[in-house]
Amino acid sequence: MRSIDLEKTPLRELNESLHQLKDGTNETEWEVLNPRGQHAVAVGIDAPVTVTIRGPVGYYCAGMNKQATVVVHGSAGPGTAENMMSGKVIVKGDASQYAGATGRGGLLLIEGNASSRCGISMKGIDIVVKGNIGHMSAFMAQTGNLVVLGDAGDALGDSIYEARLFVRGSVKSLGADCIEKEMRTEHHDALSALLKKAGVNGVKTSEFKRYGSARKLYNFNIDNADAY
Amino acid sequence: MSYQNPPTTPRKSSTFDDYTLSEIRRAAQTGIYDIRGGGAKRKVPHFDDLLFLGASMSRYPLEGYRERCSTAVTLGTRYAKKPIELKIPITIAGMSFGSLSANAKEALGRGATLAGTSTTTGDGGMTPEERGQSKTLVYQYLPSRYGMNPDDLRKADAIEVVVGQGAKPGGGGMLLGQKISDRVAEMRTLPKGIDQRSACRHPDWTGPDDLEIKILELREITDWEKPIYIKVGGARPYYDVALAVKAGADVVVVDGMQGGTAATQEVFIEHIGQPTLACIRPAVQALQDLGMHRKVQLIVSGGIRNGADCAKALALGADAVSIGTAALIALGDNDPALEGEYQKLNTTAGAYDDWHEGRDPAGITTQDPDLSERLDPVRAGRRLANYLKVMTLELQTIARAAGHNHIHNLEPEDLCALTIEAAAMARVPLAGTSWIPGQDKL
Repeated sequence: MRSIDLEKTPLRELNESLHQLKDGTNETEWEVLNPRGQHAVAVGIDAPVTVTIRGPVGYYCAGMNKQATVVVHGSAGPGTAENMMSGKVIVKGDASQYAGATGRGGLLLIEGNASSRCGISMKGIDIVVKGNIGHMSAFMAQTGNLVVLGDAGDALGDSIYEARLFVRGSVKSLGADCIEKEMRTEHHDALSALLKKAGVNGVKTSEFKRYGSARKLYNFNIDNADAY
Repeated sequence: MSYQNPPTTPRKSSTFDDYTLSEIRRAAQTGIYDIRGGGAKRKVPHFDDLLFLGASMSRYPLEGYRERCSTAVTLGTRYAKKPIELKIPITIAGMSFGSLSANAKEALGRGATLAGTSTTTGDGGMTPEERGQSKTLVYQYLPSRYGMNPDDLRKADAIEVVVGQGAKPGGGGMLLGQKISDRVAEMRTLPKGIDQRSACRHPDWTGPDDLEIKILELREITDWEKPIYIKVGGARPYYDVALAVKAGADVVVVDGMQGGTAATQEVFIEHIGQPTLACIRPAVQALQDLGMHRKVQLIVSGGIRNGADCAKALALGADAVSIGTAALIALGDNDPALEGEYQKLNTTAGAYDDWHEGRDPAGITTQDPDLSERLDPVRAGRRLANYLKVMTLELQTIARAAGHNHIHNLEPEDLCALTIEAAAMARVPLAGTSWIPGQDKL
């Protein structure tokens, strides 16, 4: 395992080293020590490696990740795994605002709570939050899945497109054009697969409600102006 | 004997003019505000209100066609490992694939490359046609993040974080369903045929302090190679530029209200934002106050039409200019040769601005395969290159006449203004006087 201590090594050196990794590299296990809230830790990786970060990180940890598994043993600042393409990002603590923003693929697992705007503009990512999520989550969410084992805050799924939201707890309020939808067999199957992928056991899919777009605001109509 | 008053000439109101009346009727009929493309059509103080003084007893001119007048510019010298080197100080502004056809995007890349300058992606991601034909390509980083991915980010020669644009500072966009082809829908990860909202704010940062961290992330992802631009609309240019510098920009792009858009509300285009002329001096002042003029480069856009406009923007302190609408005209947009077809769309050549409807007979602002096919990207690219070369020659002509061997040596002292308004905005003397309105200097 390669271990990098961010107290001694500049961030730029860490990220450049990670960017030099290609498919088939032998250096598949990395450990980052003393991140101490630094921003942009382990961003832009494009190789099937595992990076274990021991401590809290700041903004945009694992941003635009491809293929890699990044595990944060601590809490994560805003924009964790933003625009992730593939791979897996696991936050053992809580995540701040915009977790998984515009993510296109892969899995973001937040074992604690996520703050506001979790999954904003998501475009294909799967996000699983074991705790609660804050207000305006899944705003303008285009596609992908957001699974919340706890509660959701205000205006969930405001102006949502085709993303699927599964919430086990309460939803404080739904945003514009977001409605509760029937949980059909295919949705139970999809949710079950997501929970399995995230390693969540002992939870039944029947405990969740599904939310998605009413598709009433897809094409502009003046008579819907009050909805905005 | 009967007496008749002599008739008066029917008189229309200046306040309720024909356009205003037609807009009231249109709104009453449709219940929807007017959406259109392009920039502000109203007359505002502009570069035409400035003149160059030329050389005389106190300045030596340079010999046309003989003495060298350099036009090369380098952008992104502050932090980027690989700054951009351009032969001319005129770049092509961001315009999206989606709003423009793939052929039009390719033509912009071809024309820019032939002329030795850069072109820019837009709110729809990077197309292979555009990357392939563009020697220097600036990749826009927009609130919608449509098509955003790290591979394209690394393929780019520079990254432009778009905070706003001159046609609609503070506004997002809407690509209407009729322009959403299969390819556009796929690139934007949305269903075909629905209206696609382009957000007005970035999803994962708010304010310059956050932006500084976002730029750090973009630099880290690209190993500090690429120049990072910040583009702002002409709202509060002094503070916007100062904050862009604070956030870590290598280059700041300031786009005035004449700058075009693919589609926005008429009310937004005409009533929000400042004219380009009014933006330049405050922007330059901000750079000077921070000791960053010429260290962080300034690109000015919005209504640049010819070499004279370019020369005036540079004389006021810009490092380069950017063109969008003018580039589309060079490709063939609004060509009088298509007048018959424009009339079928209830408009006329020169006035066509329903770019959002996707029915452009010139094959530029459309996704219709038959219409798109009309634009030959090789020929259109050549036209754009010709136009850029003419602009450059005009710019050199003016610079030589003012005695400068590099276009960056143009300065405000080379200019005077024809109107008090332009003199105040450009901070140059009213012609025939030494009076700069708003300044105590005599």
